[in-house]
Amino acid sequence: MELVKIENCRKNFDGEEILKGISLSVKEGEVVSVIGPSGSGKSTLLRCACMLETMDGGSLYYAGKQAAHEENGRVSYASGAELKEIRKTFGLVFQNFNLFPHYSVLKNVTEPQIIAGRSKEEADKKAKECLEKLGLIDKISGYPCQLSGGQQQRVSIARALALEPKVLFFDEPTSALDPELTGEVLKVIRDLAALHMTMIIVTHEMNFAKEVSDRMIFMEKGVIRAEGSPEELFGSDDERLRSFMGKLNGN
Amino acid sequence: MPLNVVLEKLMGGMGVTVSIFLLTLLFSIPLGLPLSLARMSKNKVLSVISGIYISVMRGTPLMLQIIVIYFLPFYGFGINVTSGYRFVAVIIAFSLNYAAYFAEIYRSGIQSIPKGQYEAAQILGYSRVQTFIRIVMPQMFKRVLPAMTNEIITLVKDTSLSFAIATAEMFTMAKQIAAKEASLAPLMAAGVFYYVFNLLVAHVCKRVEKHYDYYRI
Ligand SMILES: Nc1ncnc2c1ncn2[C@@H]1O[C@H](COP(=O)(O)OP(=O)(O)OP(=O)(O)O)[C@@H](O)[C@H]1O
Ligand SMILES: [Mg+2]
Repeated sequence: MELVKIENCRKNFDGEEILKGISLSVKEGEVVSVIGPSGSGKSTLLRCACMLETMDGGSLYYAGKQAAHEENGRVSYASGAELKEIRKTFGLVFQNFNLFPHYSVLKNVTEPQIIAGRSKEEADKKAKECLEKLGLIDKISGYPCQLSGGQQQRVSIARALALEPKVLFFDEPTSALDPELTGEVLKVIRDLAALHMTMIIVTHEMNFAKEVSDRMIFMEKGVIRAEGSPEELFGSDDERLRSFMGKLNGN
Repeated sequence: MPLNVVLEKLMGGMGVTVSIFLLTLLFSIPLGLPLSLARMSKNKVLSVISGIYISVMRGTPLMLQIIVIYFLPFYGFGINVTSGYRFVAVIIAFSLNYAAYFAEIYRSGIQSIPKGQYEAAQILGYSRVQTFIRIVMPQMFKRVLPAMTNEIITLVKDTSLSFAIATAEMFTMAKQIAAKEASLAPLMAAGVFYYVFNLLVAHVCKRVEKHYDYYRI
């Protein structure tokens, strides 16, 4: 089943078209990575999918439910109550974590669950389970400012997982980390991929993307320029794609 | 005038000063919040009206505001006020004035919360009200504490402005006694009192700031 379906997504900023009609569907259990040069619109695409930005054109579906669709050239979104339900199907891991600094690690993971309607006990149990899995059980009473970037990012992944989303989006989850800390976060994502978690990952980590993805998408200037299995993309003779990947590997 | 009478009068004034101080905080600290929200509101009418209110309160002398509020019932509506209204007028004027200052402090605090906090909350299913109460307000409060401390210390000194309508607070008493006795000593004593009061206030504020040191933003 298609968990996420974006059709012909368009987005303008200040009169400039940043997304020029992007379509993307992701099936249950699939891991899709999105690569492309800076400014190509990767984050904007993710933010449109997560409804942090409103689209200027196109439609959006989660697990068959319509979140937004285009009608007479205008995008209309589902009602507040419907969107609230739809939002439960996905989670987003931010580049700079966005943990709640005034909450302990544990409360960061429990409170969203309580807001979603779980009891305090259930939320606690689930939070500890997730934090345990991510190797953070000894940090639960600490505060985000006491953790390394890698630990903070793992807490934010635990926070997202605790809500049991069907799809998880990542926007450059390791870009804000020191190089020696990226490994621990990539490992977590790799483990999730092994468990067939449905994920859409924007990343500059080419080797990681190649290894973890079922499908890769190369974006450039607001369009999908190439799409396919990692083998297809890495073997492509598209000049732009080759030079982009070559540049990254050279670094 | 014997010394014990002087001291007794000053002590009485001190009580009134402390009451003005505490009551002003009690009303203005909460009142500033809806005011700052109105100021930031997308509703043009609300934001313009609260903007004008804040700018007038901050742009005219507090002493003038006290006098206007004191005389307003009589000159405005022909109502004769009792002598007890002096104190009430002072509390109203101070609360309205300080609410305006606190509103601006809250506004800068709220605007300094990174957008990512709102976005994370939205993705995690928080409603707008939940986001404001659980995520924004606590962090805003920590951020504005230093600015609040400054304002609160100013308030201690500003209480003396209520001498303008002869409220029986510390400064009014000291001035009266000084005139009667032809001595600066009562005013000096008042000065010492304000100074010590402020040391105390600064200490309490520091303690509150320390209490919030358990996390960094
Ligand atoms: N809120 C905004 N207002 C105006 N322009 C924006 C906004 N967000 C993004 N843009 C512009 O849209 C374009 C695409 O930005 P986006 O962040 O999606 O790129 P990206 O592919 O994620 O790049 P990077 O790899 O650097 O993260 C950029 O030119 C950017 O300046
Ligand atoms: Mg980006």
